[in-house]
Amino acid sequence: MDGLKVNITNNAMLIQTAFKNIIRGGKRTWLNVVVLSFVLVIMVAYNGLLDGWMEESRRDTIDWESGWSQLWHPKYDKYDIFTLQDAHGIIPKDIKRLIDNGVATPILVIQASIYPHGRMQNIVLKGINTEQNILKIPSEKIKTEDEDIPAIIGTRMAKSTDLKQGDRIMIRWRDKNGVFDSRQLLITHIFETKIGSVDSDQIWININDLYQMTGMGNEATYIVLNKEAKIKSDLSGWKYKSDYFLLSDVRAMEKAERVESIIIFIILLSLALLAVYDTQTLSIFRRQKEIGTYVALGMTPKKVTSLFTLEGTTYSVLAVLFAAIWGTPLLYLFAKTGLPMPEAYTNIGLPLGEAIYPVYKITSLIKTIILLIILSAIISYIPAQKIAKQNIVYALKGKIN
Amino acid sequence: MQLMNDEPMKKQIIKIIICNMALMVSIPLIAQDGNKMLQDIDDNLSANSRIIESTMIIHGKRNDRTITSKSYTMGTDKSLTEYMSPPREKGTKMLKLSNEMWVYSPTTDRTIMISGHMLRQSVMGSDLSYEDMMDDRKLTVIYNANIEGTENYNGKDCKVLILISKVKDAAYQKQKMWVDTNYLIPLKIELYAKSGQLLKMITMSDIKQTEGRWFPMKMTYKDMLAEGDGTEWVINSITFNKQIPDYIFSKASLKK
Repeated sequence: MDGLKVNITNNAMLIQTAFKNIIRGGKRTWLNVVVLSFVLVIMVAYNGLLDGWMEESRRDTIDWESGWSQLWHPKYDKYDIFTLQDAHGIIPKDIKRLIDNGVATPILVIQASIYPHGRMQNIVLKGINTEQNILKIPSEKIKTEDEDIPAIIGTRMAKSTDLKQGDRIMIRWRDKNGVFDSRQLLITHIFETKIGSVDSDQIWININDLYQMTGMGNEATYIVLNKEAKIKSDLSGWKYKSDYFLLSDVRAMEKAERVESIIIFIILLSLALLAVYDTQTLSIFRRQKEIGTYVALGMTPKKVTSLFTLEGTTYSVLAVLFAAIWGTPLLYLFAKTGLPMPEAYTNIGLPLGEAIYPVYKITSLIKTIILLIILSAIISYIPAQKIAKQNIVYALKGKIN
Repeated sequence: MQLMNDEPMKKQIIKIIICNMALMVSIPLIAQDGNKMLQDIDDNLSANSRIIESTMIIHGKRNDRTITSKSYTMGTDKSLTEYMSPPREKGTKMLKLSNEMWVYSPTTDRTIMISGHMLRQSVMGSDLSYEDMMDDRKLTVIYNANIEGTENYNGKDCKVLILISKVKDAAYQKQKMWVDTNYLIPLKIELYAKSGQLLKMITMSDIKQTEGRWFPMKMTYKDMLAEGDGTEWVINSITFNKQIPDYIFSKASLKK
């Protein structure tokens, strides 16, 4: 019991000494603290940006494209456009029941060509139920009211075709027998979405109009299900696709971005920790007599090593506190304003809006802090460990190599 | 007074009945004439085999492109086209076997199958799409023809034929043809969508006698929904019913 008390007292003394030494370090200490705090804030901000982007991508993909899960026609493959020609069929009764209950909505997809400004452009024509509320596609804007076939497009498509609300566009398609047909579509609305895969090269029309145009009445290419559908396996031969599968693109993107962030973090941390390493090496060189005095006063070389390691680690602890003071308001402001994205980024199909708003996750924050402290401790220990191997007499004379 | 008027009335009714009967009898005759004419056109334009050396001139918005090629066709199912110039396209081959099509590009040394989405793309930037080249069936197999009347087209007396598809899978449900009655060759063809919208127009000219049949040596394709002056296809030489070895129509021949 007494031994434990002595140990605690010794450790407390060690921490106190380390802290005092650090404070006495003056400009050198604050330089290290500032650099480490800067790296910490950047890491938190970058992680926040990634988390925010992924969170938003996941949410938007569910809202606009995938729903909570989907049922695919047996011949449909989202990643193979060649399957589209045959990937449609009569909606089975079991699935029809889900649609009638409002927990599913059918999408019929065909290929077509449009002629904006006299040049042919191949597009994907999608039919959606106007009453649906599972996807955020503004399908209420394509209710057929007169002779025109109303259609909606996204901003990317509007830009690439130079189409505006109220414009008419000639479309050519083939019906279920392969017969060419052609009509004019009236653009009734242009919607804005971060999900390029429901926008680029696509036109959305009323599914009933598409049934009439193609003769594919009561058919679908895939069915989008909402949370309440509670379907977890294939149904009537239609392939079940879980949210895990449907969000695989987002996950792949996240993985790639995380690798990128790790490279950036390694560079930043290397620079900051190099400063700590240099400070420690210089400190040991300058304080040789002090080291010898500690040992002469009864401190074991191991304890002296611990003291110096602790001093190095304290830089990171102080950096965390300092970062909390200046970084918190800055990160808060960043979360409010977001990081504006150039327009070119949104046009290349990445699920990006006008800005990325960071989301700071507590787990991510704690992980970053722990990583910084541990790395500081390790980098401080490397030069300090030499102390344990030195001769005390040489140390007292200030002759440590 | 009543009795006096009845006689001419009866005559009038009889006249109408006779006219109607004549019309009813003549409609199948006109249709038959139309189909006969279509058969003659088929006989002129189709052959068991064809070897054609041709030049395609694509009139773009800014400039024209000229592509020369040599094609081998066997019946309606097999065809192989090899592009000879310009240097960028030289060696590119296109093989059609029944409902499938492959394109070989020497620059990448790869053969790709043209299907689905790609069938809608234009061939070498022309007004022709791959799917236009796929449907090579005889007109009499796909359409019933009626003679709508006679018109003068480009100074020549032409019968105007209306072709309505008799099969479900005809690419164009309706075609309108101006047929030169001397040569039994269509000089102008309009291809219509189901909605009645004019989609494409083909004009044929420079009709020459080759191996005992009349054949248009120049055709102009125009996508009526797109801008531009269309694509000219000029036949430099044509050979009919010559034996073509089977290996020509194999995927292996694409890389040779």
